[in-house]
Amino acid sequence: MQPPEQRDEVEMLSLMLLIRRFEERASQQYQAQKIGGFCHLYIGQEAVVCGAVAASRPDDYLITAYRDHAHALARGTSANACMAELFGKATGCSRGLGGSMHYFDREHHMYGGHAIVAAHVPLGVGMAFASKYRDEDRVTLCFFGDGAINQGAFHEALNLAALYKLPIVFICENNLFAMGTSVERSTSLKQIVDRAEGYDIPGTVIDGMNFREVRDKLSEIINSIRQDPHPAFVEVRTYRYRGHSMSDPASYRTKEQLEKYRLDDPITRLRAQLTREGKLTNERFDLLDKEAKETALASVKFAEESPEPPLEKLYDYTYANGTDT
Amino acid sequence: MREITYRQALNEALAEELARDRNVFLMGEEVAEYNGAYKVSQGLLERFGPKRIIDTPISENGFAGLGVGAAMVGLRPIIEFMTFSFSFVAFDQVVNNAPNMLTMSGGQFNIPITFRGPNGPAHQLGATHSHATECLYANVPGLKICTPATPRDAKGLLKTAIRDNNPVLVLEVELLYSSKGMVEEEDVELLIPLGEAEVKREGSDVTIICYAQTVPLALATAERLENEEEISAEVLDLRSIKPLDLDAILKSVSKTHRVVIVEQDRPFCGVGAEVSYRIQKEMFDGLDAPILRVSQEDVPMPYNERLEKAVLPSAEKLIAAVKKVCYT
Repeated sequence: MQPPEQRDEVEMLSLMLLIRRFEERASQQYQAQKIGGFCHLYIGQEAVVCGAVAASRPDDYLITAYRDHAHALARGTSANACMAELFGKATGCSRGLGGSMHYFDREHHMYGGHAIVAAHVPLGVGMAFASKYRDEDRVTLCFFGDGAINQGAFHEALNLAALYKLPIVFICENNLFAMGTSVERSTSLKQIVDRAEGYDIPGTVIDGMNFREVRDKLSEIINSIRQDPHPAFVEVRTYRYRGHSMSDPASYRTKEQLEKYRLDDPITRLRAQLTREGKLTNERFDLLDKEAKETALASVKFAEESPEPPLEKLYDYTYANGTDT
Repeated sequence: MREITYRQALNEALAEELARDRNVFLMGEEVAEYNGAYKVSQGLLERFGPKRIIDTPISENGFAGLGVGAAMVGLRPIIEFMTFSFSFVAFDQVVNNAPNMLTMSGGQFNIPITFRGPNGPAHQLGATHSHATECLYANVPGLKICTPATPRDAKGLLKTAIRDNNPVLVLEVELLYSSKGMVEEEDVELLIPLGEAEVKREGSDVTIICYAQTVPLALATAERLENEEEISAEVLDLRSIKPLDLDAILKSVSKTHRVVIVEQDRPFCGVGAEVSYRIQKEMFDGLDAPILRVSQEDVPMPYNERLEKAVLPSAEKLIAAVKKVCYT
């Protein structure tokens, strides 16, 4: 396994670009009615999952909520498989049976893609339980939004993780809004991170618009969990540029707020850092962006040309065959 | 064969599967240090240790979900609900996460989990603690459901459930935990397949279809019908609600041509509704009378003993129904 500190920052920047360009294409295809159901975009939050992936090992368990395209892409699921899933095609990462909110990729240790708010947080705890049960040193990265922290499942999960001292990082991607309800209208605490204290779990606030801060702070936390299993909680402060889902014009927030965060764009920021340090030229950046755009565009073509899941396989995935061991 | 209790049979099933496969663990409220609210897990903590027999706080949603997550990455959890009435607090995990995962992931993640515990009305526990949940869960594709009524079935079905690669609900019967029955010796591997009904009593005039706590009721009533009414009743124990053993049902009905379903759940959309639909669809011409159902009354369970009795299926209700389908 490649140690996190060796993950190349330019490589991570191109991953952030891929996520953004992929989401822009997804948005366009949704509007063209090629994509059904709900579709939640990650634009603006790229540094969060990319920082987390840079800070962890590829075999660490990763589980997230329904804003999940980026998590799969960051873990190595191809843009083709991701776009094909949105199109409901057999070549999708969940064979077209999951859709936007239910991305899975066993090979890349991406355990979903879960669409009931906070219902997957106990699942993440279960993966961390399995790590400890088998004496593995794998850490679980459990992502969720600020909307999840008022669900019972979240609270039960945190208590269980603390009680059993499980190796898990609860990563709250605080983008300030649970659909249209702002954190101050949903949560009695001033700071989300303070939720962790109630369960005797160490909490950390991270600037989610800064890739390096996400990576470095999470690296430290994940390493300490690997040495000695325990849960940790991070509140990553971020922002989504788009509405909650494609059907949401986001009229509950001001243009000024959006502009403020756009000025703090995570891609622009990492680019500037790398440029200043002489690690990236404008030409190289343009090339990376061009590649990301091409990959995203190619994924649309791939999805369009892919076959539908066969009707005769409708019943094939309801039950697993046989017994085990 | 030897005679053991239903509780002991379940305990043996758990112990054998825990011994057989290190990926199996038992988790739930009071399962470890207290030895189980109904003593089903008696002695397991001592034998298998706290890593595999795990007490939880009162957080059904949390620990049911923990089980689903652990199952996604290769463990085989047994999650005990102190009663299935409490499984409603974990409903989302049982109906949304466990059975949907295989489909949602395009076949990548099956969930080999067993949810078990007592189900159905016990005695004067009132409305919140008396739910017969089988008809609700049977509506969910991806779940399997078995309902053992004898010690032998309890052991054989639970062992099979633990080895199954899908989420299986083992709905036990609180009132039967102390009941006794003949079970194979401990050195005999007893596995009873899911989806196989069993004729518990041969008969020729009418088929009484039953499961779980209505099995002893049906058997006792069949004796009375024989002695008092000269009606020969065949008693067919479904044992599994899902998959449903339609072949066994049709085989029995094609012999008797008359059916009474006695079920422990409620009438509206109950298990008997599905079973009677299947029978009439497959052998309408083979029936000599309309199918009748004896189920609970359609009310929340009252605490009062006399009223509770009035809500539940009884020998009197069953006899009346059998006589009606036999036109006597």
